Amino acid sequence: MSEMTHLPDLMPVLPELFLAVGAMVLLMIGVFGGPRSSAPVNGIAMGLIAVAALFVLPFGAKLGETFGGSFVLDEYAYFLKLLVLVGSFFAIAMSWAYAKSQSFDKFEYPVLIVLATIGMMLMLSAGDMITLYLGLELQSLALYVVAAINRDSVRSTEAGLKYFVLGALSSGMLLYGMSLVYGFTGHIGFNAISEALSHEGASIGLVIGLTFMLAGLCFKISVVPFHMWTPDVYEGAPTPVTAFLAAAPKVAAMGLLVRVVIEGFQPVTHDWQQVIVFVALASMALGAFAAIGQTNIKRLIAYSSIGHMGYALVGLAAGTEKGVEGVIVYMALYLAMTLGVFACILSMRRKTGMVEEITDLSGLSRTNLPMAVLLAILMWSLAGIPPFAGFFAKWYVFSAAVEAGLYPLAVIGVVLSVVGAYYYLRVIKVMFFDEPAEAFEKMPVELRVVLGLSSLVVIFFALMPGPIVQGAATAAGALF
Amino acid sequence: MILNALFFYLFAGVTVASAFMVIASRNPVHSVLFLILAFCNSAGLFVMLGAEYLAMLLVVVYVGAVAVLFLFVVMMLDVDFVELRQGFLQYLPIGALVGIILLVELLMGLGAWVIAPDVLNHGAEPMPALTEMSNIEAIGNVLYTKYIFFFQVAGLVLLVAMIGAIVLTLRHKEFVKRQSIAAQVARNPSTSIEVRKVESGKGI
Repeated sequence: MSEMTHLPDLMPVLPELFLAVGAMVLLMIGVFGGPRSSAPVNGIAMGLIAVAALFVLPFGAKLGETFGGSFVLDEYAYFLKLLVLVGSFFAIAMSWAYAKSQSFDKFEYPVLIVLATIGMMLMLSAGDMITLYLGLELQSLALYVVAAINRDSVRSTEAGLKYFVLGALSSGMLLYGMSLVYGFTGHIGFNAISEALSHEGASIGLVIGLTFMLAGLCFKISVVPFHMWTPDVYEGAPTPVTAFLAAAPKVAAMGLLVRVVIEGFQPVTHDWQQVIVFVALASMALGAFAAIGQTNIKRLIAYSSIGHMGYALVGLAAGTEKGVEGVIVYMALYLAMTLGVFACILSMRRKTGMVEEITDLSGLSRTNLPMAVLLAILMWSLAGIPPFAGFFAKWYVFSAAVEAGLYPLAVIGVVLSVVGAYYYLRVIKVMFFDEPAEAFEKMPVELRVVLGLSSLVVIFFALMPGPIVQGAATAAGALF
Repeated sequence: MILNALFFYLFAGVTVASAFMVIASRNPVHSVLFLILAFCNSAGLFVMLGAEYLAMLLVVVYVGAVAVLFLFVVMMLDVDFVELRQGFLQYLPIGALVGIILLVELLMGLGAWVIAPDVLNHGAEPMPALTEMSNIEAIGNVLYTKYIFFFQVAGLVLLVAMIGAIVLTLRHKEFVKRQSIAAQVARNPSTSIEVRKVESGKGI
């Protein structure tokens, strides 16, 4: 027991510790400050996340593993954690104007976002299956609550309940799969599982366990056939919550999935590759076809996000270092585009309240030209039309798939992205060529900033891909 | 050994049967009672594995607290469970079909495997023999040292659950009169008694 008495190395978990203590301080401020405290709590929560991203993670945390390998901070976790922190920061920033106008300015909202962020960071640093599960539950529980946070609205509570019931089912599948994997390999650490598999190969029981685990994880990134909750939850949840759900948690869950299959199941690549190829194809197809009939812009973005997760998985299906690099680049650019699109959706506000139909955007070019142009650029980018960032994101994952010899997957993916372009272009057509509807209220400053930053990334990625691509390459290198 | 096997099948059989009755019985109170029966039999299975501390926890926490809480909730909520079950029979065939296919697949995939007895000692944290150390001591030795990280994160998960329950359900009603001890103590005859002159035959 003598080695137990040493304090474990806390430097790698410093950002999480910082945020956890910060979240509890925020709770205290909220509880003792009463209803007036929601503005300061919002501000401090953003400050905490910014400090974690700018100082604690780059300068305080030290790369390495701790707690007996349960927690790993490598270049991969580092890069994706930065993305997650960016997503959470802007999600809180974008909620502010909405919260004031729709009277849901509860101080618990930013606290729950901070706690969900801790969960996502733990997921990205998971070195074994227990950390994986605990991080995932911490994130998911906070998300269920924020989806239902507008408790007086039937749609919001329905969204929260649906998300919760299906999420609990997926957690059950994940746990069942993990117990089988533990039973058939005898290990919970990803490196140890990989070591054991390289000696023994895959038994049937292990493949069943792996499939259950993949099902549980695929639910979290909402890919077909585990996507059913996405449109309803996106539509029902308050819009700032949807903006959060669509951005950071997707990055975290995708990061977790990549780490699990690459670090833990590399020796049985063939077994999970088939699952990932099928899921990627089905998601791209559903994303392309089901979005065509949508009239609600939040549902449209939900189907679009299902499709985008499919494209990102094309990179993972390759199973190579270049493929993982493609996934990371894709998720970084997806984050930027999603935040920009939601900045636009959140500013679709008239005197009568928020509107979210696509027809409400009619003739936006004549009532608010800058917003129309920037939203059009984001839509072009989401459709994958050069020279915008979305094109390069797709290019990275498809070229990785081609290099790995997955020609059919790449060809079908390209064809489906052409189909998908239809509904993005329809939004542009409505904005530029339809009769103008009533103008929206003035766009709040924070939404302008988010839209501006997102557009900068989308437009100038082609000229200056360096920071994101190099970061992704270093991150992917850490897994192999 | 035969006695061991006999008890195993007794506990396991009753657990499965009562778990089935939890979802099959019409009366929700009966469902909760069957749930308690399932918990007690699972506790029996834990005792047979030599995990006496977990067995007692299961009885104390799940039977003593959780199931009794369920019982209260079921009795207090005015939910028409018969109506809720309207669709149950309608979806039963397809649900049963999926369940049976899954069961057959799992039996075919996993049925051929048997756990080798010595494998139990190769786990991440092998259980010491009961003669050396009691369960509770063995758990305590690793829970706050080797697994402190998991312990703390689990604490955070519970914190989120608590915040969630409060955010989603707590309402401050304006018209509810609350007890204020300071105000009660500070009362004296001059603030609480009013003397009025009442005309006879009229009242106040």
